[in-house]
Amino acid sequence: MIRLLPILLLLGFGLSACGGGGSTIPTGAAGDDSGATAANGGASGAGGTSTTGIGADGGIDVTRMEPGQGDGPLSRLVIYFDFDRSEIRSDFSDMLRAHGAFLADNGERAVRLEGHADERGSREYNIGLGEQRAQAVRRVLMLQGASGNQLATVSYGEERPAALGSDENSYSLNRRVELVYR
Amino acid sequence: MQRRLAWAAFVCVVTVLGIMRADAQIVIEVTRGVERPVPMAIVPFGWEGPGPQAPFDVAALVSSDLGNSGRFAPMAVEDMVARPTQPAEVRFQDWLIVDVDYLVIGDMVANADGSHTIVFQLFNVLQGEQIVGFRLTTGSSEADLRVAGHRVADMIFEELTGIQGVFGTQIAYVNEQRMGLERRFQLIVSDSDGANPQVVAQSSEPLMSPAWSPDGRKLAYVSFEGSRSSVYVQELRTGIRERVSSREGINGAPVFSPDGRMLALTLSRDQGNLDVYMLNLANQILTRLTRHSAIDTEAVWAPDGESIYFTSDRAGGPQVYRVEARRGGRIERITYEGSYNARPRISPEGDRLAVVHEDRGNYRIALVDPDTGLTQVLSNGSLDESPSFAPNGALIIYATQEGGRGVLASVSTDGRIRQQIASVAGQVREPVWSPFPRI
Repeated sequence: MIRLLPILLLLGFGLSACGGGGSTIPTGAAGDDSGATAANGGASGAGGTSTTGIGADGGIDVTRMEPGQGDGPLSRLVIYFDFDRSEIRSDFSDMLRAHGAFLADNGERAVRLEGHADERGSREYNIGLGEQRAQAVRRVLMLQGASGNQLATVSYGEERPAALGSDENSYSLNRRVELVYR
Repeated sequence: MQRRLAWAAFVCVVTVLGIMRADAQIVIEVTRGVERPVPMAIVPFGWEGPGPQAPFDVAALVSSDLGNSGRFAPMAVEDMVARPTQPAEVRFQDWLIVDVDYLVIGDMVANADGSHTIVFQLFNVLQGEQIVGFRLTTGSSEADLRVAGHRVADMIFEELTGIQGVFGTQIAYVNEQRMGLERRFQLIVSDSDGANPQVVAQSSEPLMSPAWSPDGRKLAYVSFEGSRSSVYVQELRTGIRERVSSREGINGAPVFSPDGRMLALTLSRDQGNLDVYMLNLANQILTRLTRHSAIDTEAVWAPDGESIYFTSDRAGGPQVYRVEARRGGRIERITYEGSYNARPRISPEGDRLAVVHEDRGNYRIALVDPDTGLTQVLSNGSLDESPSFAPNGALIIYATQEGGRGVLASVSTDGRIRQQIASVAGQVREPVWSPFPRI
């Protein structure tokens, strides 16, 4: 629990955001960026914050939303990529901005960037692709204020698929970087 | 021609000497052989020893080895009109009338010291004469007799084809089994026919990229235990392993130099940038071979040790390049056909590369002439990967998918013979063929 001034009260977020339940459904996957735009509502700056109730002293208790919770940009923990590419698509910029700001504001927190590839092609090259994707995310987070010692990278290539099918839908879910907070 | 041989039947006896037997026995099926495989008969060997039957049917193993090669059509034992075990008992007429071109007979003797002696002869039926005869002395265990049987098959194969046989070699591969959310990765070494599988490493985190040492005694591989990648070198006989690289970032794609003293590997220690390095295993000195912001990985040494081939996407997509191993420096692009050529492996003669090649949306194994870049697609799957040459250069084993399952397959480098090598359990991948055993 962090006590913040009422000024930081986030009008765009209802109490209901607390019940979001930590879902990590990849709304941005497979070219569907409706999730990205829906998540923009009201998140200012660090984003993803949410109110929890009115304190007895007339102030307001505000719980900073943990990454992965709620439905703001900070709730999203997976970034998806195009085939054989490691550039960050524009539909993930809000999300990475939110995570960068969260890390900047919470210097004690660290995140592990786990890069992955789809199963096509050779395995060690795919390890390389996963690493390049994780590094691309790392660079963006650092531009947003995170510091290098908060960020670790690992690449699993095609060894840890999120979806098991051999079709474009599964492939698009597997070409990803997962943000794993510690 | 479809021939399915249930190897499991031969491997009922579990030998335990600190080695775990894998439950992922694999089975060979020839999916395409030569147009007219040579008809031959391998008669059950005679037995001179305790009990009515030999402890192991060497002739059956020889027969299945030669049949599995796709080049020969061994006759079923029940179709044989005679069962000679000594040269004097052979009547060529018996075999001419059933259209057998070559005949193998043999005899096994249990010696007083516990060893076994196998004598066998190969006959040309049409010419009515013996081609060769050999005598082998071996131990008495099933494992010993199995090794001897592969050796007999290798000698016959070489005599009839002029190509050194690889029945006595081994393969290493990765097996993954999913049990609910849990996953089990195993690094397995088996005989080249899939028999005798032994787990040499097991983990709940991915294992990948096994590579044989040139003497066939060690494997280098990548393990993600502890949720990070490290390269290990493990001695197969003892199971003792050493972590040779666990630097920041990626530690991947290990391969031994032809003299076994160095390991080429991929590291991303320089700000996440993947490059190829050489690690001296004796003194741990690391030499950087490439320096480029692109992905440089999947190195392999040319057999003469002079140059190293590797995958790089410095021109956009992955292609194969070559660099001088001693000096580094000038880097030469090798592949130009198609938008995706990765994971080069080189033939024992150094004259051909096997690569993963994109062929109209399919990932297939192709042969590349390193001098001209000429590319020839060999396999016919859609997700083929991890090619590895047999030590005789005549076959390539690779990983493919069948019905959503990872299985192994092999193809002759002339494209004429294909074999499917299916796993009974789990996903099988990343096969690597051992060097010839040292005799």
